[in-house]
Amino acid sequence: MSEDDERQQSPPSDLEFVSNKARNCNATGSGSGHPEFQSAYPDQVLENVLENVLHFLTSKRDRNAASLVCKSWYRVEALTRSELFIGNCYAVSPARATARFTRVRALQLKGKPRFADFNLMPPDWGAHFNPWALAMAKAYPWLEKVHLKRMTVTDDDLATLAELLLGFKELVLVCCDGFGTSGLAIFVNKCRQLKVLDLIESEVSDDETDWISCFPEGESQLESLIFDCVECHINFEALERLVANSPSLKKLRLNRYVSIGQLYRLMIRAPQLTHLGTGSFSPSEIAGQGDQEPDYVNAFAACKSLVCLSGFREIIPDYLPAIYPVCANLTSLNFSYANITAEQLKPIISKCHKLQVFWVLDSICDEGLQAVAATCKELRELRVFPVDPREDGDGPVSEVGLQAISEGCRKLQSILYFCQRMTNAAVIAMSKNCPDLVVFRLCIMGRHRADPVTGEPMDDGFGAIVMNCKKLTRLAVSGLLTDKAFDYIGQHGKLVRTLSVAFAGDSDMGLKYVLEGCPQLQKLEIRDSPFGDAALRSGLHHYYNMRFLWMSSCRLTPNGCQEIARAMPRLVVEVIRSADEEEMDDAVEILYMYRSLEGPRTDLPKFVTIL
Amino acid sequence: MQGTERDLNYKETELCLGLPGGGGGGGGENEVESSPKTTGKRGFSETVDLKLNLQSKEAGMDLNQNLETCSKQTACTKDPSKPPAKAQVLGWPPVRSYRKNIMANQKNSSEECEKAAFVKVSMDGAPYLRKVDLKMYNSYQKLSDALAKMFSSFTMGNYGSQGMIDFMNESKLMDLLNSSDYVPTYEDKDGDWMLVGDVPWEMFVESCKRLRIMKGSEAIGLAPRAMEKCKSRA
Repeated sequence: MSEDDERQQSPPSDLEFVSNKARNCNATGSGSGHPEFQSAYPDQVLENVLENVLHFLTSKRDRNAASLVCKSWYRVEALTRSELFIGNCYAVSPARATARFTRVRALQLKGKPRFADFNLMPPDWGAHFNPWALAMAKAYPWLEKVHLKRMTVTDDDLATLAELLLGFKELVLVCCDGFGTSGLAIFVNKCRQLKVLDLIESEVSDDETDWISCFPEGESQLESLIFDCVECHINFEALERLVANSPSLKKLRLNRYVSIGQLYRLMIRAPQLTHLGTGSFSPSEIAGQGDQEPDYVNAFAACKSLVCLSGFREIIPDYLPAIYPVCANLTSLNFSYANITAEQLKPIISKCHKLQVFWVLDSICDEGLQAVAATCKELRELRVFPVDPREDGDGPVSEVGLQAISEGCRKLQSILYFCQRMTNAAVIAMSKNCPDLVVFRLCIMGRHRADPVTGEPMDDGFGAIVMNCKKLTRLAVSGLLTDKAFDYIGQHGKLVRTLSVAFAGDSDMGLKYVLEGCPQLQKLEIRDSPFGDAALRSGLHHYYNMRFLWMSSCRLTPNGCQEIARAMPRLVVEVIRSADEEEMDDAVEILYMYRSLEGPRTDLPKFVTIL
Repeated sequence: MQGTERDLNYKETELCLGLPGGGGGGGGENEVESSPKTTGKRGFSETVDLKLNLQSKEAGMDLNQNLETCSKQTACTKDPSKPPAKAQVLGWPPVRSYRKNIMANQKNSSEECEKAAFVKVSMDGAPYLRKVDLKMYNSYQKLSDALAKMFSSFTMGNYGSQGMIDFMNESKLMDLLNSSDYVPTYEDKDGDWMLVGDVPWEMFVESCKRLRIMKGSEAIGLAPRAMEKCKSRA
């Protein structure tokens, strides 16, 4: 699962500022004799050696560091980098990237900023894969893997990848849009070596094309097929044949149009699965009432390697006991689309002793979370989503659940928790009980909501998190927060790389604290907070070290943003108007700025101005 | 407790339509003008179209909100120090539209949301049953009009100008029940048969399992129970 997964420990690698000093360095160091003749041979040897050594260097951070040593290292590193990660597709152009890195086999690109997921950005803002697709096809004919997040991919792009890249093996699209089943049909048909097709939380238009049937006949090398986000009917018989022909298939995540009866048929053909998305987990409507129900328990019992279970898109809880046989082995369980109660959860969760990742809906209430805390001692990641995502909805989970989790799941590293009420006490307790926290994202759904017990702002709770959780790199805050909370973050959040702020703070000081205090800050997204031009100015020293800054509905003016743009030529400062807003001269609705080697992009929609 | 005996008796038998604690519960929009207990009589027609914020014993459940959300423990009221939330703010809470759409498309939840409240309606002496979707109506008046149309060959008799029973007037009520006119009754969640109109409309929709239109004289046994139930809710 990778819903907004920021697991990579990545340095700012979307941009390389190679110092001039490095470029001029002479690798040999020998001073005497004819420089050209003497240095040619040793240089070559060194480079060959380097090449062999650098092949073993896989971490992006290490590679970036190596490339800065000197010109020779820069060159060799560029030759040996086979996995290219670009965190902002506009930070560098396809031409520049392909010119520097000539032997890339895997490309990872990220496009739109995260707040675009919440409809804060008008559609058609950009992040088109097309120029990259064309460049890759020309420069990297041996390209094997493409991993895109929040990009717009067209059917033509899919065709390009499939037709021009003969050995293409792996396509992963996360939160992407712009394509449909007809593009998928072409893609799966032409990619004869395809091993991985993962469509995760992407919007796929239903062109009424039977893309599953388009997989080539005969044995396939498919290892992973994830299409749970595809909201259209699929040809089940074709899918069944495909699964039967894919002996290496380990990951299969079905969409909600696959009934539990169909799931059964697939499972008995693929007991080797390690990751399963169950589809609807309810019977199809056509199934007769009197039909013999297959032995679902047996089907699950046969899947001895199953460690990751998800789906349950339209769950009929009566069928839940079928999964009992696999619970003891599960390390990852995603119930976040299953509206189940605590009572329905308990018999399952009580068997999941090895669980490390758990995604769930708040329908399980605090009681359900207590059950999780009682059993899942190995839990590393918890995400609790709201059934009712409204500001004043019911609040089935609260500080009680959070407290229970903090006491039971001491190894917790990552938490995303939606709730209607939360106390400082519970947050402080978590900061002390779970010192390994790396990601802490708390969303109190009511804006400006104070601690319901003390009436105080939530400053102390978040303060405790940054103080006590020394490994924290990602933080999202909510509730009633004064500038004090940001003071805490600036003082103690020294490793924080990603910060999300909404409806918080009192004045410019809040943002100043953060920009001046957090040296590792890379991604800062802020909405509806009273930060203005003065605050923006206080980050001038740091913006080149960041991937991006997003500020919407704050107190910025065009002049303030213009000032930044003038002071920092390598920063692209985009002012975005939401589509139906009239042009307001004195207020900036959305500021999105990012470092870039390319200057203003050429594919601007009309609602975006670059200062 | 030595108010006039008559007053006490009246209070005991009074069918209350207002808020148990006296008027003006948790800040609902259409508050009752005055406490029903003190003034006693209040024409039914005044209450029929009221949207009452019931602060019932189920702690603070605002019936004006979506009835279809699963009942969970209700949360604290919103923070009073900040402006009350109005319409939902764009993009908040930060749940991906992808996820929101999935939840909306789910069979189960959509069933709950759009599920009609179909109940069978039988009328004593009529050869057929009908079904009505209570969610199609927003008041007793509208329901009674629809029922009248449905069973038009049977007159609904002396219902008073509003078309429904005036519970406030005990003597009038007893007259009606003693007559051969028809009164609508319903079976509630607990399996009890009640006279239609004794509870606020939304509560009725929630608890009504079926409707039966019977002769007043047969319904006479229901009246005291209806009053008792109402009292116990107070």
